[in-house]
Amino acid sequence: MTITADSSRADTTGADATVNGRAAALDGVPPYVTALDWIRGLGFTGAKEGCAEGECGACAILVARPSTTGDQTTEWVSINACLIPAASLDGQEVITAEGLGTPDELHPVQREMAVRGGSQCGYCTPGFVCSMAAEFYRAGRVADAHPGGHDEAEHGANGFDLHSMSGNLCRCTGYRPIRDAAYALGEPAADDPLARRRAGTVPAARATRVANGDAEYVRPADLAGALELLHERPDALLVAGSTDWGVEVNIRGRRAPYAIGIDRVPELRDLTVDDDAYVLGAALTLTELERRLDGAIPLLGKLFPQFASRLIRNGATIGGNLGTGSPIGDCPPALLALDADLVLASVDGERTVALADYFTGYRQTVRKPDELIKAVRIPRPLASVTGFHKIAKRRFDDISSVAIGYAMTLSGGTIETIRIGLGGVAATPLRATATEDALTGAAWTEETVNRAADVLGAEGTPLDDHRASAAYRAAMLRQSILKFFDETTSTDQGAGAER
Amino acid sequence: MSHLSQRPESGPDSYEVGKAIPHEAAALHVTGRALYTDDLVARTKDCLHAYPVQVFVAKAKVTKLDTAPAYQVPGVVRVLTAEDVPGVNDAGVKHDEPLFPSEIRFFGHAVCYVLAESLEAARLGAAAVVVEVEPEPALIEVTDAIAAREFQGAQPTVERGDVEAGLNEAAHVFSGVFEFAGQEHFYLETHCALAHVDEAGQIFVQSSTQHPSETQEIVAHVLGKHSHEITVQCLRMGGGFGGKEMQPHGFAAVAALGAVITGRPVRLRLNRTQDLTMSGKRHGFHAEWRVGFDDAGLITGLEATLTADGGWSLDLSEPVLARALCHIDNAYWIPNIRVNGRIAKTNKTSNTAFRGFGGPQGMIVIEDILGRCAPLLGLEADELRRRNFYSEGQSTPYGQPVRHPDRIRAVWEGVHDAAELDRRRAEIAEFNAAHPHRKRAIGVTPVKFGISFNLTAFNQAGALVHVYKDGSVLINHGGTEMGQGLHTKMIQVAATTLGVPLEKVRLAPTRTDKVPNTSATAASSGADLNGGAVKNACEQIRIRLEQVAGAALGVSAADVRFVDGTAYALGREAGIAWEEVVKTAYFQRVQLFAAGYYRTEGLHWDSTTMTGSPFKYFAYGCAATEVEVDGFTGAYTTRRVDIVHDVGDSLSPLIDIGQIEGGFVQGAGWLTLEDLRWDSGDGPNRGRLSTQAASTYKLPSFSELPPEFNVILLERAHEEGAVYGSKAVGEPPLMLAFSVREALREAAAAFGPPGTSVDLGSPATPEAVWWALTEAARGHEQGQGEHGHVTDGLNGSHPEPSDPDAPERHPESEFRQYTGLSSLTRT
Repeated sequence: MTITADSSRADTTGADATVNGRAAALDGVPPYVTALDWIRGLGFTGAKEGCAEGECGACAILVARPSTTGDQTTEWVSINACLIPAASLDGQEVITAEGLGTPDELHPVQREMAVRGGSQCGYCTPGFVCSMAAEFYRAGRVADAHPGGHDEAEHGANGFDLHSMSGNLCRCTGYRPIRDAAYALGEPAADDPLARRRAGTVPAARATRVANGDAEYVRPADLAGALELLHERPDALLVAGSTDWGVEVNIRGRRAPYAIGIDRVPELRDLTVDDDAYVLGAALTLTELERRLDGAIPLLGKLFPQFASRLIRNGATIGGNLGTGSPIGDCPPALLALDADLVLASVDGERTVALADYFTGYRQTVRKPDELIKAVRIPRPLASVTGFHKIAKRRFDDISSVAIGYAMTLSGGTIETIRIGLGGVAATPLRATATEDALTGAAWTEETVNRAADVLGAEGTPLDDHRASAAYRAAMLRQSILKFFDETTSTDQGAGAER
Repeated sequence: MSHLSQRPESGPDSYEVGKAIPHEAAALHVTGRALYTDDLVARTKDCLHAYPVQVFVAKAKVTKLDTAPAYQVPGVVRVLTAEDVPGVNDAGVKHDEPLFPSEIRFFGHAVCYVLAESLEAARLGAAAVVVEVEPEPALIEVTDAIAAREFQGAQPTVERGDVEAGLNEAAHVFSGVFEFAGQEHFYLETHCALAHVDEAGQIFVQSSTQHPSETQEIVAHVLGKHSHEITVQCLRMGGGFGGKEMQPHGFAAVAALGAVITGRPVRLRLNRTQDLTMSGKRHGFHAEWRVGFDDAGLITGLEATLTADGGWSLDLSEPVLARALCHIDNAYWIPNIRVNGRIAKTNKTSNTAFRGFGGPQGMIVIEDILGRCAPLLGLEADELRRRNFYSEGQSTPYGQPVRHPDRIRAVWEGVHDAAELDRRRAEIAEFNAAHPHRKRAIGVTPVKFGISFNLTAFNQAGALVHVYKDGSVLINHGGTEMGQGLHTKMIQVAATTLGVPLEKVRLAPTRTDKVPNTSATAASSGADLNGGAVKNACEQIRIRLEQVAGAALGVSAADVRFVDGTAYALGREAGIAWEEVVKTAYFQRVQLFAAGYYRTEGLHWDSTTMTGSPFKYFAYGCAATEVEVDGFTGAYTTRRVDIVHDVGDSLSPLIDIGQIEGGFVQGAGWLTLEDLRWDSGDGPNRGRLSTQAASTYKLPSFSELPPEFNVILLERAHEEGAVYGSKAVGEPPLMLAFSVREALREAAAAFGPPGTSVDLGSPATPEAVWWALTEAARGHEQGQGEHGHVTDGLNGSHPEPSDPDAPERHPESEFRQYTGLSSLTRT
């Protein structure tokens, strides 16, 4: 049954989802109720709350979604159940650890985890099992042994990408037995039902309205519907992957009276390339962009593996990362360096805004209340030399204290153009324009870079906080361009590692 | 070989201890079927949800508490306050932790709890409660408390020899100050309790607790009831690490109080933010020291004052401090030593047990000293450490003979061989010469860790073993399962002692009505103590069954052996099945169940003089860690780790290796990554934990897993004093992670001229490493006496002596909690 977003309809809409093959109603579930709480309430307590902000992965579940590679198949995608509204699961198929196997009939992932000592206290284990199962079922896992050019040490001989578990934390094992379990996995058996499900019907977006009292979650069928709702309710909250909003709900107790789910809106999920630009639909997830671009935009190729975790990238959208207006989002520095534009849409039509003009203050942007981000436009041709540096305490799944994106075009050793995007050094992401000016037209030499480093080190107004001191942040700006120069000129193969 | 440690003569294939088997609950873990306390809520009818009312100021008097507005929130059933407490308003045992306080002592201190039909209603109800306070000046940093002379508890000193003489005769004297951070446990399962009232007013509390007996005692004294009216059960914990030794009691008491008052089940689960802001952590310490070396690099004397950051109340700070003082020697002979200890009283969460329990905080001081001083002595740090190892016949500063000091050398040499250190160091030298912006180094550090509770009385345990008529075996013991594999080991011990296959044995959840008066599952002693008790119970039953089988086989009971489920007469092939013997025994009216008991023999400890032999034995280990540091940013990776560790004759090798790897990575987290930050500014958030979420407090993840990670168990390591020749394994491996920190120090030094002494912050985050290597690259001058740096000569910092007016040291006060209980309990 397809439901249109018609607010005149009755509250009961027949919203439901299947969990481990069992249909369960979503009618009347308040929008603040997370998928995790809803699933646990059904009695499937395998998925756990560890942090309630998508950092630990104890809540990971599998959801059948259209393939992240864009082909017409189904993929088992792992996501953080603690972040998304339960209502957003309407019409979808969910598998938890309980649905993969039983103690008497373990799933291959579960068997490897159990016999190799992959669980100790066991609390994080169902989440690991789901993340590992998603990678187990990833189409082309073996053929595509080293996706994205990651470090070989982070891939098994079976093509297993260790980054698939970058969003799962274990406090007991130290991870070695979990890695060994992952690397020991073979191919799914021919009669494996979840493997066979991949060739079945591609899950379609379903328009939804789930209401409880005066709180509603609405998923429109198309862009026109979304813009109409947004026009009627400028106070509405736009929710895509909910990886930011979910944290607000869980940690800060924020509640939205009216939430519009735009993650499945078809017009927001196009990826097109023409001579002038790449146009990335705002509701494409980071994983979808990573897989579908497959390195076509090298700067983004450097960014993606460092953007949060696989669990988050499976939910988070590029539009959402810009929509929050955060000064420490990882996309803005790279997109600023790429000279990206945003396409903003409303019932009145569309307009294009340069990303450099988009941010106006701390979590403030030029987007009007009745507008949504439709797409990100990256002009072609791309700059030939790029770099992305994320300074953080931890390499997997951390928030940057400073992030720097570089896009440079050299002509005979001279800097023709250079754009440098910065995050974490001011109330908004920003372009390092003084540094760009100092470099443009100069020779790409150590002397130039040393001079520019002093300019870059003075850009922004970095703060002291729990992530880093202001002095370190400023020093890292300075160091970053020295490192970028080293990466572009050094013959040292390891020097380009993104640290 | 002692009776306790001896394994069956039938050979290792015939019995279950020593086999590498998965965790007994692994199949439940991986399928999501394993239940934790909060999972029981979905199976509990009419459960109420409790939510704390936290006050966000570091120190204040509560001038008004108005709960009326909470009752306006639909779904709110009851607000629990101090007036509801029929017994003692105390969550601890030292009368310094009011469960419902009238004074705020840390940012986020909870004053009362709201009970409601849903968690959402409870949350909204808590937000509606009006609390008015009169703020007071708060002490946040440990140095603030030192300056203000705010200490709590005893100020013990461990002393041997003549430290002044040792320093005066030294060829080289150095001094320094070193402050290092604590650590959040970050068990994946937060604190949780679920209580209901049974028939006849009995209280049943399910709690995520490492210490069910103490949880039971606290619930009893809060409710004003006797212990026999309270049953505490712990199915399992989603991690404990010491954080659930003392801290669960108050939460369990709130749930129990709510259940008594409302007559309905009450669940109290802290969310992560509440857990981080309300529960205690590993103690950070401040250390001030002077050390002397002779020309050969041998330590001649060490004087130090260690100040633990205790937080707002004592909790376990005194025993943590005692263990720190008893581990400052680590694996090194220090002939003349005086170490003073004291506990700062700050307005932060009350710090508590955490894997290692002060041991790491003592050992890091000497490892830091050796790492900083080696270049100043012109020695490789590796060589300086080796020269100072204990030898046969030497004893610790508190007077315990160091048994098996040869094992320190054995693990050390084992690591050097396994890790091919000579070859790799040569390669690293080449690498570093060729790479101006990247440096590698290997750090090697030893561990010697004392096993047993410092307080002798805690070294006892009980078990209850049932053999049913069908031959199936059910065991109970007093230990709790938090992932460490204790239950797996206990099943192996029972199966081995009874001579039956593993499948015959089931283990029932830990409950205080099965085994009473248990000690915390802590101090790495779970398998030693409970294994001794389980073995004792099983032996009683086996001895009776040997009589039965002997009669049936026509031989003396002494000639009966139970092997793999069959009773044999010595020298004969045929035997009688276990089930048959059991059935026969039943019909002969032979008792088929037994209570087991174990006490660790040979321990003594005088906590007034801080001398004695508090430890049954020492666990030894050694690790070699290679790191690579990026000179541009200070970011680093751990490239390879090699460990040789002494677990005695392993009870369960897969479990033990898991403990070693997991402990190592957790220790590396403490030392390099996990960065507790408290707001020490003067604004309204003074005292706020600014890293109160997984997004800001980063644990080791897959990116911290070394690509190459080799663990070898020391061979021929039989331990006379413990069950089946094994050794404890829970805590010691955590301290193997000093090798990571020392490797980072050496890699940072490699950016500077040879002989550079590097000061490294702890945790050694990329930022801390970057400042250290930047300093090293400047070729910074030594002996400047700036804060934190090593000072050369006797004129450096002088560790402060203990305060003679500090409260008297035990033995009484460690016992006070127990001897005083009955008088605290209203009946």
